[in-house]
Amino acid sequence: MKTPLYILGISAYYHDSAAALLRDGEIVAAAQEERFTRKKHDPDFPAQAARYVLEEAAIGLDRVAGVVFYDKPFLKFERLLETYHAFAPRGLKSFLTSMPVWVKEKLFMRSLLEKNLKNLLPESNKLPAVYFSEHHLSHMASAFYPSPFEKAAILTVDGVGEWATTSIARGDGPSIMVFKEIHFPHSLGLLYSAFTAYCGFKVNSGEYKLMGLAPYGNPRARQTAEFEEKIRGELIDIREDGSFLLNMAYFSYATGLRMYEENRWKALFGAEPRTAEREDVPQTYMNMALAIQRVTEDVVMRMARTACENAHSDNLCLAGGVALNCVANGKLLRSGMFKNIWIQPASGDAGGALGAALAYWHIGLGMERAPQKDDSMRGAYLGPEFGRDDILRTCKRFHAPYRSMPEEKILVETVADLLAEGHVIGWFQGRMEYGPRALGNRSILGDPRNPEMQKCLNLKIKYREGFRPFAPSVLEEDAEKYFDIPVNSSYMLLVAPVAEKLRKAVPNGYEELPLWERLYFQRSELPSVTHIDYSARVQTVSRRTNPRYWALLSAFKERHGCPVLINTSFNVRGEPIVCTPADAYVCFMRTEMTYLLLGDVLLAKSEQPPFNGGDCWRTEYALD
Amino acid sequence: MHFVSELVGFLNTRKKFWLLPLIIVLVLFGGLLFFVGGSAMAPFVYTLF
Repeated sequence: MKTPLYILGISAYYHDSAAALLRDGEIVAAAQEERFTRKKHDPDFPAQAARYVLEEAAIGLDRVAGVVFYDKPFLKFERLLETYHAFAPRGLKSFLTSMPVWVKEKLFMRSLLEKNLKNLLPESNKLPAVYFSEHHLSHMASAFYPSPFEKAAILTVDGVGEWATTSIARGDGPSIMVFKEIHFPHSLGLLYSAFTAYCGFKVNSGEYKLMGLAPYGNPRARQTAEFEEKIRGELIDIREDGSFLLNMAYFSYATGLRMYEENRWKALFGAEPRTAEREDVPQTYMNMALAIQRVTEDVVMRMARTACENAHSDNLCLAGGVALNCVANGKLLRSGMFKNIWIQPASGDAGGALGAALAYWHIGLGMERAPQKDDSMRGAYLGPEFGRDDILRTCKRFHAPYRSMPEEKILVETVADLLAEGHVIGWFQGRMEYGPRALGNRSILGDPRNPEMQKCLNLKIKYREGFRPFAPSVLEEDAEKYFDIPVNSSYMLLVAPVAEKLRKAVPNGYEELPLWERLYFQRSELPSVTHIDYSARVQTVSRRTNPRYWALLSAFKERHGCPVLINTSFNVRGEPIVCTPADAYVCFMRTEMTYLLLGDVLLAKSEQPPFNGGDCWRTEYALD
Repeated sequence: MHFVSELVGFLNTRKKFWLLPLIIVLVLFGGLLFFVGGSAMAPFVYTLF
């Protein structure tokens, strides 16, 4: 019998480090380090994630044929030096901050990786060969190779890797041909991040909050139009084909430790930057969020058109941080430019680990590719799974009373009834998701018809900003009845309008009402998942990829007439999504969730013993 | 040695030999700082700048 060939992909040392393992080109496992270390966006070498993926395949590191790192450090260093040189003497402070790290560690990335890999393999001296894939090639590979398409246009947009910030390519069988690249410092991702920072959210983690804030912007307000005009006129020069140049006089990220030139932005927009400590969000920042969202969508749309023309394909694959902008993705889908769109669920840098491994397999080793009917991501359920023994051990450790429900039909019916009664339930089952979304294995669930649920989940369960929307999971078979979505959205990466027949008309002058009045107005029959502009970030649930979650939605539909549930990630603000049953139990006890399902074991909050350290998460996790 | 040959290969491929003096200075200073510590480095730094 032929010995299988294993490839380990690694992303690390920037943010969201991760490890992914291939066996003969097939994805065995992938996970982010933050889930194990409980440190959000952990950038360190993914030792625990790598250990896990190897355990999943039941092999040691000595069986791995090659380790592939997700970017090229020399090329990144070249970019840094040339940028400092081009902007000198500006950037001296940033230069002095970053160079010691490079000269001490990052420039010697091969040795650094080998040292860390050696810790995974203490008993042997034989280390696998280490290779490096370009950052955007890793993204492109993660977008194209697992997709169901034989040929496709590929578009990757992010902050920055080495030089490229945007790449347009064509995927055909095992090959990827790049047509166009936009290089640093001109970056759509960094432009969006600059606005994220100006509106008071954290760069590299708050971008999705800005996206969620945009619909609160007043589309008819003069200020919104002026902001958009100023962005297009002063900050970015957008060309017909989607290529663009940023006016670097307004940005300091190339050489500074901040994203934007504060005085110039204040003069341009006539508004102070919002501080992170400020609880409320004034209308000005909502209008600003809407303006930058519109500009982003315009650029993405133009670039997609260029990709379509160059690749001569009606399939599109997306990856890179900007591909997590599901509002832009939804508009791209509805534009009809492409027949099919596939988006890598781990589109951020974590997905680079998988892409790097796949790039080596298909390009480095020249292996053929056989696209799968759905895709080859297995629903993104690529992380660790915990058996009944692990779960019972956790219950014993916390002296937690539980009810065992080995029969699945009874289990899903019980949970469905509890949800209909208004309970918020922690739902923990199967393999952990890879990527930033919880897709029904590490989720907090609620009834979307309950108008109080959004407020309750935001303020009592997740402890996050009250304006943040929640996403629905819907049975694949019923998706079109509830949302205007003609395709599957298994990875919750497409925003679609709520179906017309479910909507409720808003009163005249609705856009001028204060935020909370607008927010708590019931806009549809699914008020807790209908965003302010009647949109929803939909997850369609398939029986093939997640049979138990599908069974729960079916039971909820059968018994309570609704095939939709609120699905939000199982964590509190600033905490990585839970990984183990113990993480889930601690999160359950620290919040106001009333029931927790761990595999086939149900725990009621009312029956649990007092929990020490209930509020510890506030000090344990820095707010994101 | 592996690092040096990789670096030279990289500069050759990218046709960026003009970066070499800068990299050498950075690595030497980094190495000196690492091996001899800040205080022992002071005379070199004062002579140079």
